[in-house]
Amino acid sequence: MAKGNGILRFLACGSVDDGKSTLIGHLLHLTGNLYDDHLGILEQESARMGNAGGVMDYSLLLDGLTAEREQGITIDVAYRYFSTRQRHFIVADTPGHERYTRNMATAASRCDAALILVDALQGVLPQTRRHALICALMGIRHLVFVVNKMDLAGWEEQVFRRMEAQCHTLAGDLERFGLPPAEVAVIPASALLGDNLVELSPRMPWYGGATVMGWLHAVSPWPDREESPLRFPVQYVIKTPRSNGAWQNGVAEEFRQGTGTFRAYAGTVVSGSIRCGDAVAVLPSGLATRVAAIWSGNMPVPEAGTGMAVALTLEGEHDIVRGDVICTVHDRPEVAHLFKARLVWMDDQAHFAGRRYLFKSLGGAARAEVIRLRGRIDLDSYQRLATDQFTLNDIGEAELLLSRPLPFDAYRENRETGGFILSDLLTNATVACGMILHALRRADTVQRQFEEVAPAERAALMGQKPCVLWLTGLSGAGKSAIANLLERKLHGLGRHTMLLDGDNIRQGLNKDLGFTEAARIENIRRIGEVARLMTDAGLIVITAFISPFTSERALVRSLIPQGRFVEIHVHTPLEECERRDPKGLYKRARQGEIPNFTGIDAPYEAPETPEIRIDTLAHSAAESADAIIRYLTEHNLL
Amino acid sequence: MTRTDPLHLLEQESIRIIREAVAEAERPVMLYSIGKDSSVMLHLALKAFYPMKPPFPLLHVDTTWKFREMIAFRDATTSRLGLELIVHTNHEGVRLGVTPFTHGSRAYTEIMKTEALRAALTTGGFDMIFGGARRDEEKSRAKERVFSFRDGRHHWDPRVQRPELWSIPNLARNRGESFRVFPLSDWTELDVWRYIAREAIPVVGLYFAARRPVVERDGQWIMVDDGRMKLLPNERPQMRTVRFRTLGCYPLTAAVASRAATVGGIVRELERTRHSERAGRLIDFDQAGSMEKKKQEGYF
Repeated sequence: MAKGNGILRFLACGSVDDGKSTLIGHLLHLTGNLYDDHLGILEQESARMGNAGGVMDYSLLLDGLTAEREQGITIDVAYRYFSTRQRHFIVADTPGHERYTRNMATAASRCDAALILVDALQGVLPQTRRHALICALMGIRHLVFVVNKMDLAGWEEQVFRRMEAQCHTLAGDLERFGLPPAEVAVIPASALLGDNLVELSPRMPWYGGATVMGWLHAVSPWPDREESPLRFPVQYVIKTPRSNGAWQNGVAEEFRQGTGTFRAYAGTVVSGSIRCGDAVAVLPSGLATRVAAIWSGNMPVPEAGTGMAVALTLEGEHDIVRGDVICTVHDRPEVAHLFKARLVWMDDQAHFAGRRYLFKSLGGAARAEVIRLRGRIDLDSYQRLATDQFTLNDIGEAELLLSRPLPFDAYRENRETGGFILSDLLTNATVACGMILHALRRADTVQRQFEEVAPAERAALMGQKPCVLWLTGLSGAGKSAIANLLERKLHGLGRHTMLLDGDNIRQGLNKDLGFTEAARIENIRRIGEVARLMTDAGLIVITAFISPFTSERALVRSLIPQGRFVEIHVHTPLEECERRDPKGLYKRARQGEIPNFTGIDAPYEAPETPEIRIDTLAHSAAESADAIIRYLTEHNLL
Repeated sequence: MTRTDPLHLLEQESIRIIREAVAEAERPVMLYSIGKDSSVMLHLALKAFYPMKPPFPLLHVDTTWKFREMIAFRDATTSRLGLELIVHTNHEGVRLGVTPFTHGSRAYTEIMKTEALRAALTTGGFDMIFGGARRDEEKSRAKERVFSFRDGRHHWDPRVQRPELWSIPNLARNRGESFRVFPLSDWTELDVWRYIAREAIPVVGLYFAARRPVVERDGQWIMVDDGRMKLLPNERPQMRTVRFRTLGCYPLTAAVASRAATVGGIVRELERTRHSERAGRLIDFDQAGSMEKKKQEGYF
């Protein structure tokens, strides 16, 4: 037996009919992991019902359900166990049919490496891309593409090179999506005939890389969770009155002594390690205490590492329940009830924002509402597309609101405490699995939807209609001058206002941002969010930023209720701005002292259809402010 | 023992599964079939809840055709550990004279095992039911989830199994519905024996080679365990050195010729064998897709 090299969990996936079951069955045979009586049955069945022509149909070894054998397809995951001198393997043979994607995801969630099959005659198909994305989402970072059916492709190197290029394109797309594989290999093979599975095939002398088994032996899939911060989700509370007979035989007398209840917290160390005497925190309560003892079965142990299922006793008496997370004091999981996550939709029913589900993670269970869909991932490009619904097998991003705050980590930080499932409150079906991206900090304004004061109520108390007056234009166009006058006039009219400009944003909230394109986008996104919060608070918000990009202004517009975003283009020709140059910036930009200066070496995308356009050559700042107030009155905003 | 030792990893994962099921159960129960897998599963349950006794009873469906040595081992084990044992027998079946000899293995299994199990589970109102089945035993078992949903009639629908993600099983259920929970899903036969060796877990003596009275029937060695065994005209019991690789009802479980008289001997034997474990289970072969059909109806 392979001692000390652990167990490698991997899956075989890819599109339907690409030969996954055949590959696994053949690997089992070639590595000497099939019993004679199973081989005998296989020979009989291959002759009677096989789909492999004259040779053994290894897929019959894996497709264990009657319906699968009748239809010649794989419906659900088959798990097989085999070992070589070097290693133990648990392999999951997954269904390729899109309809059974949830079964493939089931397997992927527990695996460390993936064999993705590609038919040499078909190439990378949408379902190949779906499976590769699910593997990546699940945190599988070791991918090998097996270009199968090389026998049908005449063992041609050119065919393989074409396939190889497609696989690398796919891997590149994953990287651009933000989920770069740690390792990508592409192997030409014939699952049916066994070429390049265990030994290099003489029929493909042009290939000198690893065989499939060689790759499986070499892959080192264990990210060092031991080094991660301690996470110990309480799974079950062991408790028994000290004075009764519910003790196992041979339990030390010291447990039984005293009154009250013996209490230990059972669970698995899902990351990091824990020692007796360690100071720990318990979330979500934040309680601080120390580890008194650690039990591994009936053995007290000084410490427990990742993967150990132990029971802890803690100093003092506490109210700790299932789902609480015991963690290091210094590096705690987040506790939040609003966060953004990626979802794989598994229910036959389509989902629209606003429906409620049961949420379950290692950090506990709660009611959950998917409050906003943030896009569906297009399989051809791995780009996010706007959507108002998720349907079966969709992969998308969404915002979730829980009925109570729960502890969690981002999935990329911790595969155990960052995953969750959603189930239907009536049918109990699992409708989705999710991977948490990050908490959303609007938590306090969105929580308690029923008790909370609605934005409209706040606005009513102020007797006004909140809106955003968004001034955009070149540096020196006169935005700030107009904005200041406008606020003064509105204030004079008894309106509650707030002015956001470079002075109070760039030097405070956004002082960590520079002027690269990415920083400018983030700058505007944050200002948009702040403006949105302030309109929720009932204020009329005036902003004065260059905001050069159409898409960012559109993004802000989408955040604000319809009709409450007033885009005002303060139009001044560049020459005039440069002539005014109130802060001397243009001069410095021209001398190359300020890179990425809008109008000089960075673009300004003028709005095509702003609500208001102001020509500062024709109108003074005061006239401009009056024109804006006229617009607001005419449009029933004042 | 290192942290990447496969036995250690399997053990820790199984304890986690047992705790998860009990944490979400209202009325958990452990199917105790007296075999090696049940012995390992029980041992893991003792570890999972130490120093407390496992918070569930054991359930044994007694067909009345178990080896006598098995029944003695069952009673000794439960009394030694001080655990509650529920024994359920289909008395109606006994009254009707249903035996493996008279009704054939298929009808007998349905009436005395599957039907009896369903009745015992319904009577007890159990909602989380542990079983010692392993995926490496048989092709349809290889397809089953660790936490496997059963409808109100205890039926399994292999075409619509619930997704099972990470270590977060969806155990939501309505009244009458239940889960079969298989903590040993990822163990192989060899893992089980290596673990028995490592932990010195007691198992029934029938697993060890000894001289026993057997008859040869359809190429298999069947042990003559008591006077109810009906011998065919040309059959004569003979003493052979045999052991059992798997234990069920004695007329339906064949012995194998073996000299492995210790746990270590069994491990060495299995490391070399070219034959699968369930080759000796006659009921697996009584119809095509046999195990899957039995499982759908509620058999473990």
